[in-house]
Amino acid sequence: MINVLLITFLITLFYMAIANRMLTYINVLALQGVLLFFVVFLQLNEISTLNLVLILLETIVFKSIAVPVFLAYVLKRNKITREAEPFLPNFVSLIITTVIVVVTILLANIIKDTHLDKIFFVVALSTLFFGLYIIATRRKIITHVMGYLVIENGVFVLSLAVGNEMPMLVNLGIMLDIFASVLILGIFLNKIGDVFKNIDVNQLSNLKDY
Amino acid sequence: MTLIYLIVALLIVVSLFVNKNKLINISLISLFVFLQWSYTIYACFHFRSTEFEFFTFDSLGVLLLIVLSVISIPAMIHSLIYLKNNNEETPQSRGIYFAAIVGLITAIGAGYLSNHIAVIWIFTELTTLCASALIYHHRNKLALEGTWKYIFICAISITFIFIGILFLSLSLQHAGSDDLSFKNLLANASKLNPFWLQLAFLFIFTGFTAKLGLVPMFTAGIDAKDNAPGPAAALLSSVLVNLGFVGIFRFYIIVANTSLHQWANMIIGIAAVLSIFVATVYMIKVKNIKRMFAYSGIEHMGLVMLGIAAGGIGYYAAVLHIVLHALTKSSLFFQYSQLKKVFHTKNIYHIGNYFKYNATGAMVLLFGFICATAMPPSGLFVSEFLIFKSLFAANQVIVLILVLLLLTMIIWAFGKNMFKMLFIPVIGMDEQNVPSISPWESATQLILLTASVYLGLNPPQEFVQLINESIMLLPI
Repeated sequence: MINVLLITFLITLFYMAIANRMLTYINVLALQGVLLFFVVFLQLNEISTLNLVLILLETIVFKSIAVPVFLAYVLKRNKITREAEPFLPNFVSLIITTVIVVVTILLANIIKDTHLDKIFFVVALSTLFFGLYIIATRRKIITHVMGYLVIENGVFVLSLAVGNEMPMLVNLGIMLDIFASVLILGIFLNKIGDVFKNIDVNQLSNLKDY
Repeated sequence: MTLIYLIVALLIVVSLFVNKNKLINISLISLFVFLQWSYTIYACFHFRSTEFEFFTFDSLGVLLLIVLSVISIPAMIHSLIYLKNNNEETPQSRGIYFAAIVGLITAIGAGYLSNHIAVIWIFTELTTLCASALIYHHRNKLALEGTWKYIFICAISITFIFIGILFLSLSLQHAGSDDLSFKNLLANASKLNPFWLQLAFLFIFTGFTAKLGLVPMFTAGIDAKDNAPGPAAALLSSVLVNLGFVGIFRFYIIVANTSLHQWANMIIGIAAVLSIFVATVYMIKVKNIKRMFAYSGIEHMGLVMLGIAAGGIGYYAAVLHIVLHALTKSSLFFQYSQLKKVFHTKNIYHIGNYFKYNATGAMVLLFGFICATAMPPSGLFVSEFLIFKSLFAANQVIVLILVLLLLTMIIWAFGKNMFKMLFIPVIGMDEQNVPSISPWESATQLILLTASVYLGLNPPQEFVQLINESIMLLPI
């Protein structure tokens, strides 16, 4: 069951790679949150009620509801155009995503380690690289934030891969990670929308050495 | 005491944030400086003890905590001067500014002392939050751009550190332990799985370079120091950099005690040489005085890391260098505010003949230049000399020659800009409206620079002992 969920998670990445509209990105992020919740639910076997509530808050409430609603609000408020405007065509995106996944699978096969769940490792690593790829190839600042959120999801999966033996540390880390980063990014995006009319990375090149 | 310190500091941050009264504001700041110093003195008297499970007053932590407390006093004084001179200040912006500074200093101090890799990570994250409030102080478009870049790169670097910690925990599971404190890691160093440790080192090192100002994540820090007000930039370029150093250094001690020592040295060495190279390239081109100081910081951090990579006497020199650099670089940034007041620009093209307008300030700037480029009698000369010596001892003569060449170019570029600002008159300067600046405003910088010379040339016994003790755990 966990494997099915994780593979679905991987498929959402492919979907994200060819998505055209900003709203699709937001929906995929919300879906990833839900998937992550079920993965956690099945993965962490000896889970206390408090821990469960924490994870529920983090995945469902935070990742699937609060962040997507907020992103949609930002989109609307700043009148951001609906297209994602990638630098590369979708076809190339798809190929690159495939390459990322294949390379991580090959990489995971080299590693021989009993402490590591291989499929978790593959999903985590490809999500991570995919997030970096999104950041590098999309034009809008808000897509950078989304790429960062994808990376966060990848880190979350990675922490599950190792977290069976140290759940508390991982919980703490993830909560703080999401808390600080999205809080900062979120508040910031609002301001950025006010100052830079059309949110585009090309406008962020005024800081120079001379 | 640590808990009391953190709680009281948090209370001060909150009350600074909500307070609108100027008098209460100043008294709260004085209260914080008092708190900071009493905590430092307490730390000195409880040397080597552990408090609240996660904080140990060890030699490196106490040494850098003292440096932090020393720099925090001029930082507060110059912040008050800076805000008084700035006409656009409102009670609200003043409150946010000081709340952020107090939060930053507290987070840095607690980060120095933490003995657990996750705790140091949390405090590093907090510094990002406080630093971004300082960078955005001017509320204009450039500040926004700088803040955005800083936050984004720091967020990614913090994620990297977290990934590194996850890999480290995987590595530690092979040793049959799950306690990520540095002490336990060191005790289990020989049993750590080398493959995961390698990955962990790469990620944690890359993550902390955003704070340390080293290749590959150095860019964020440059924009941050450019946009933050002078006194805040002084903190960012000195004590915050030290926090990045502490993060890398504490983890390096563990890696150095495993079979990966040579490999880690190679990684650090490559990053260090690249940093010095990048700093040289930018220093030749740069025309923004604040960015010039920031690039000079990258060069120094490259040298520090080179000392670490070379080993031997290099360890001692690296810790000495980081202390002296903090004193020197912070005073240069403090001095910048006066320069800005006279010329109203950061651009070197429009700054000149500074000796005519503010002789004391120009003297400090010249003295700071001599210190920062490590010319005798600068204390940094001693530490750089020791770093070169350690490179010799490690048979890295080619690296040494390359670094010396690059340093020569840096000194030339730095000197060219500096002497232009100090002596060559600038065209179209309106001499009627030059404000007179009290020489007393330069006093703290002179004290800091003199301290850096003194500590370099004639280090007190206790100071040497602290450095020696902090590098004690490293293999020779």
